[in-house]
Amino acid sequence: MAQCLCLRSLLTPCGTRSLGMHLRIQSCLDGTKIYKWQHRQVGTCPTLCTDSKSPAASKVTVHFINQDGVRNSVTATEGESLLDVVVNKNLDISGFGACEGTLACSTCHLIFEEDIHERLDPVMDEEVDMLDLAYGLTKTSRLGCQIVVQPWMEGMTVHVPKGIKDQRELAGSKKTQ
Amino acid sequence: ITALSWHTYPWSVWPIPLCSTNQAPSGWMGSVTVQMFVCLLQGSPHIQVDIYERLPVPFGLVRFGVAPDHPEVKNVINTFTQTAQHKRCHFLGNVHVGKDITIQELMQAYHAVVLSYGAEGNRTMGVSGEGLPGVYSAKDFVGWYNGLPCNKELQPDLSHETAVILGQGNVALDVARILLSPLDLLKKTDITQNALETLAASKVQRVLMVGRRGPLQVACTIKELREMVNMPYTAPDMLPADFQHVAQALADLPRPRKRLTELIMKTLNEDHRGRQGVKRWGFRFFRSPLEVLPSADGSRASGIRLAVNKLEGVGDAVTAVPTSEVDEIACGMIISSIGYKSLPIDPAVPFDFKRAIVPNNMGRVEETTGLYCSGWVKRGPTGVIATTMNDSFDTARTILQDLESGAINVSVSRPGSSEVVPLLEKRGVRTVSFADWEKINAEETKQGTAVGKPREKLLDVREMLAVAWT
Repeated sequence: MAQCLCLRSLLTPCGTRSLGMHLRIQSCLDGTKIYKWQHRQVGTCPTLCTDSKSPAASKVTVHFINQDGVRNSVTATEGESLLDVVVNKNLDISGFGACEGTLACSTCHLIFEEDIHERLDPVMDEEVDMLDLAYGLTKTSRLGCQIVVQPWMEGMTVHVPKGIKDQRELAGSKKTQ
Repeated sequence: ITALSWHTYPWSVWPIPLCSTNQAPSGWMGSVTVQMFVCLLQGSPHIQVDIYERLPVPFGLVRFGVAPDHPEVKNVINTFTQTAQHKRCHFLGNVHVGKDITIQELMQAYHAVVLSYGAEGNRTMGVSGEGLPGVYSAKDFVGWYNGLPCNKELQPDLSHETAVILGQGNVALDVARILLSPLDLLKKTDITQNALETLAASKVQRVLMVGRRGPLQVACTIKELREMVNMPYTAPDMLPADFQHVAQALADLPRPRKRLTELIMKTLNEDHRGRQGVKRWGFRFFRSPLEVLPSADGSRASGIRLAVNKLEGVGDAVTAVPTSEVDEIACGMIISSIGYKSLPIDPAVPFDFKRAIVPNNMGRVEETTGLYCSGWVKRGPTGVIATTMNDSFDTARTILQDLESGAINVSVSRPGSSEVVPLLEKRGVRTVSFADWEKINAEETKQGTAVGKPREKLLDVREMLAVAWT
């Protein structure tokens, strides 16, 4: 019913659907197919996160602005997801990537500059489903686990959203039940 | 099942123990508050955190609440495990706070104590017939398929064609999905063997989720709804009449609500009439329970009588008001999924019975010093893992602020677990360490691998303890 294929070698390396994505195809009774892309788990093996078939993968500078406004500039490797970058570079962002890149949470939510955001690969329904639950959602928000570092991103700045503090104080003691 | 978090905070030469108690499965959102410990552990090299948990096993709702077919949501256990293995963090399972030890005793032993024990109770419908066989709370049903020891004897009756779930949140969708999932998918998950066998014999063909208000107020989120829409061998069963004014309202909705509503409406336009042999799932809107109807011999539930509602008010404040009209659905099982509820843990701790939370200001429990709360017991039992995780970071920040300002007095050393553990032993209570849990984990994984599952959960506390203490 659900087949799991790794189409890594069959896809071009220029989109979020390449490099370490797993495709799950579910066949429904009436013959329609549902395609579900799943990003590979980050886990504890950071070396798996970069494409070992491309030893000449470019280095890309990415600037992270954390919740306190502090800037961390890191050198990422082409082919890593931004979640991989946060993990590999030990960036101190509380609770980032709780579901380890499987589109089951929104804790890797990042805000991009407008011109960068426009050039990113189109967002999938499954990513929007989780983004819709994120705090501080903006028009240029994406989930870090779905964004793969490319050379054209050299020097880009991404912002970590501020979290729920503001919303809670605004809401006061409003009951959510 | 309640989780209590106790934090003891080490300071200067004396270790400051912070103790956190996680008890009960509902408190395991309490395990999410374990993440707060990361903040605390990082906040000062002198902080030590002890976590007290009633069961021998950690992780709370991540283990006992998240559905078996959502293993990716459980990945967060890896993060929790790292935190629990930190040298200044200690897990002490098999301790019933409130019975084996009191809050006051813990507050004497530690500089700060954090309650993160979640919501052990559930809201009741408050209608006659609610106690009839065939009526279950979603809390117990979920606990049953997820291997919560106190729910292992539930034996739900799945011999009737229609099941009605009161509630339309993600828990209701989880229950519906587990009832209708093909066995082939379920048997590869960590669902209990007992539940798998019961579901294999299930005659349930139709699951209806009933809500008081309309399609625009449905409480589930889109990922869970999409799973139902995509479930093989099923078809949606909606009433077009429930959607009368929805299309016009779409344009003005914020994106999350708009996409969710569009997805529900998509099911109206599909033609499933000719399909045979499929199971059905659907929403029924504008209905509130009035009475559970008994069978002819009065021995079990055979239906539910519902008030038909109309909506009043606008926006998020829309409320359901009953009309004089009533409706009935014949069914053999009723699962009420209308919300969890925290319970008071100890007479020494203030409790707001109206809101069912511990009254607090930014996590500081009112009328106390050195007592904090986090998670569902602080804000109420709603939200996803990220919600509770963010909330726990806030409580951690509050505690760190209080340490810095001197609101927590650390000039006096506190003994922490070196006082508590001997006290517990005197009372015949032996604790389970994280290393002991890892033995349980290994045993469950081993048993699961033998049958093609990620784990086979131990259902009996005595069995857990026997493995833990080998």
